[in-house]
Amino acid sequence: MANILEIKNLNKKFGGVIATKYLNLSILVGELHAIIGPNGAGKTTLISQIFGQIFPDSGQIFFQGTNVTRVPEYKKSRLGINRTFQITSVMKSLTVSENIQLATDTARENSFNFFTASNNQTTILKKIDFCLRQVGLIKAINQPVKSLSHGDCRKLEIAMALASDAQLLLLDEPMAGLGPTETNEMIALLKRLKGQQTILLIEHDMDAVFALADQISVLVSGEIIATGKPDSIRRNPKIQSAYLGGI
Amino acid sequence: MQFIRSFKFLILVSLLVLPIVFHQIGMSFYLDLATRLCILAIAAVGLNLILGYGGMISFGHAAYLGLGAYAVGIPAHHWLYGGLDFLATNNGFIHITIAVVISGLFAFLTGLICLKTKGVYFIMITMAFSQMAYYLFVSIEEYGSDDGLVINTRSEIPLINLDDPIQMFLVSFSSLIFFMWLVHLITKSNFGLILSGIKDNEARMVSLGYNVYLHKLIAFVFSGIICGFAGVLLGNFTTFISPEMIDWSRSGELMFMVILGGVATVMGPLFGAIVFVILEEVLSSITIYWHLPFGLLLIAVVLFFRGGLSSLLSK
Ligand SMILES: Nc1ncnc2c1ncn2[C@@H]1O[C@H](COP(=O)(O)OP(=O)(O)O)[C@@H](O)[C@H]1O
Ligand SMILES: [Mg+2]
Repeated sequence: MANILEIKNLNKKFGGVIATKYLNLSILVGELHAIIGPNGAGKTTLISQIFGQIFPDSGQIFFQGTNVTRVPEYKKSRLGINRTFQITSVMKSLTVSENIQLATDTARENSFNFFTASNNQTTILKKIDFCLRQVGLIKAINQPVKSLSHGDCRKLEIAMALASDAQLLLLDEPMAGLGPTETNEMIALLKRLKGQQTILLIEHDMDAVFALADQISVLVSGEIIATGKPDSIRRNPKIQSAYLGGI
Repeated sequence: MQFIRSFKFLILVSLLVLPIVFHQIGMSFYLDLATRLCILAIAAVGLNLILGYGGMISFGHAAYLGLGAYAVGIPAHHWLYGGLDFLATNNGFIHITIAVVISGLFAFLTGLICLKTKGVYFIMITMAFSQMAYYLFVSIEEYGSDDGLVINTRSEIPLINLDDPIQMFLVSFSSLIFFMWLVHLITKSNFGLILSGIKDNEARMVSLGYNVYLHKLIAFVFSGIICGFAGVLLGNFTTFISPEMIDWSRSGELMFMVILGGVATVMGPLFGAIVFVILEEVLSSITIYWHLPFGLLLIAVVLFFRGGLSSLLSK
């Protein structure tokens, strides 16, 4: 199978802090690749570089064989990459369905449609319905996002990522701040998505990662110290001491 | 819901009927007041598009009123007194075209720069650009400098006589309804949804792939053009235009109307304009320092009911 994403020798420094260090990573089409690592390891920074919100100091990022290292973020969703945020970022004053609608390609392509009502196009309505059913949020379709629980906001973010028909989803700690029940719901949700979409998952919750991932990479101080199947990562003594020790 | 809708409808009907009735029984003052109210409300509708729906707090929108009024005054001046033949005309359609082009261009060029900034900087720089327009007209002696320019002939429009106060009022009123409808349409469109998304969470909208800057710029230009049109009516109504009408305090008044009436609502700008015009009449007859109590009132609105007057209705 082909690589959908390939990262070569990526480096990024913030002043004296090394956030990414000679990082190499390949993700196969269709797999769920998890990245684990302690706080401050550079996980979010890595996603931001893939998504083009920040650019690396050196190194290359290839998406479906094309060099996208310096393609800015607003062009990324057009290419087929989408991300969610560690700290929920949605449009709070709008409704759930409006948030999804804004995330669709259709809405973006009809950006300059000034006079026709936005909310009655069948393709968009179908899409909203589909995405909300996928994440189990269909009952909240017309609710203002303000009124959603934190857990539902996290689901909404996933639904928005789905809405754009992306081939690659970058999920930055989707379980952050969730209670045990909500975490289990989120794991079930990601299990359903797995296989339909290539996912790069950053997660702190070890149970979740071992339950979901096809491949796991361990990131410490900006460096990937190991990549492999969940079993081999679990058994790797180097990782046990460096990171999994406390678990 | 039904009650609120009837109430809004009642306000519109009263605004249409009462001034004409008053005029017929010899109280023309109220017709003039209503005409002025409609014109200011159009400008407020234009400002609401960016301030209310787009979250861009422009402190320079009086400039467009001025540009629109000068777009009547300057061609009319040359039409009567000669000079600049290519510009000299009393044709209303040409006046409107000039107003639309000039205010659209002014919004585009200043927007290019203003929209690179945010928050207080945006407020300050929009104000700075409008003050530039102010000083431009102060410096042109031919058009009266700071004494202003008397517009001795109103715009000529087929079948309409703007010299007739009732027709002047009807044109202003129907323009107001038209622009309220137009802005409503825009805000319910795909573009409008994107605009409210940008107001809410600009960074997220960039991530979703939108060209945020371009969307804001387009809204800014639309808004300027609507205010420019209001300026055409204002020039025809007052038959006088001076740089004082562009002054930043005038821009402040437009902001007051939008905020007082309730941002991002269809009727808000009209409510704001009604209250503004009434307060201005009442307070200015009591004291020449009427801006002070007015300012205090506005602060109260911002602090205690953030949705403005419209929020009282939608509760
Ligand atoms: N914009 C930034 N400016 C300066 N330092 C940053 C910035 N973003 C991240 N860092 C630093 O880079 C390191 C990696 O951060 P981050 O990628 O957020 O880690 P993680 O997501 O793994 O917790 C941290 O030391 C963090 O303080
Ligand atoms: Mg992080």
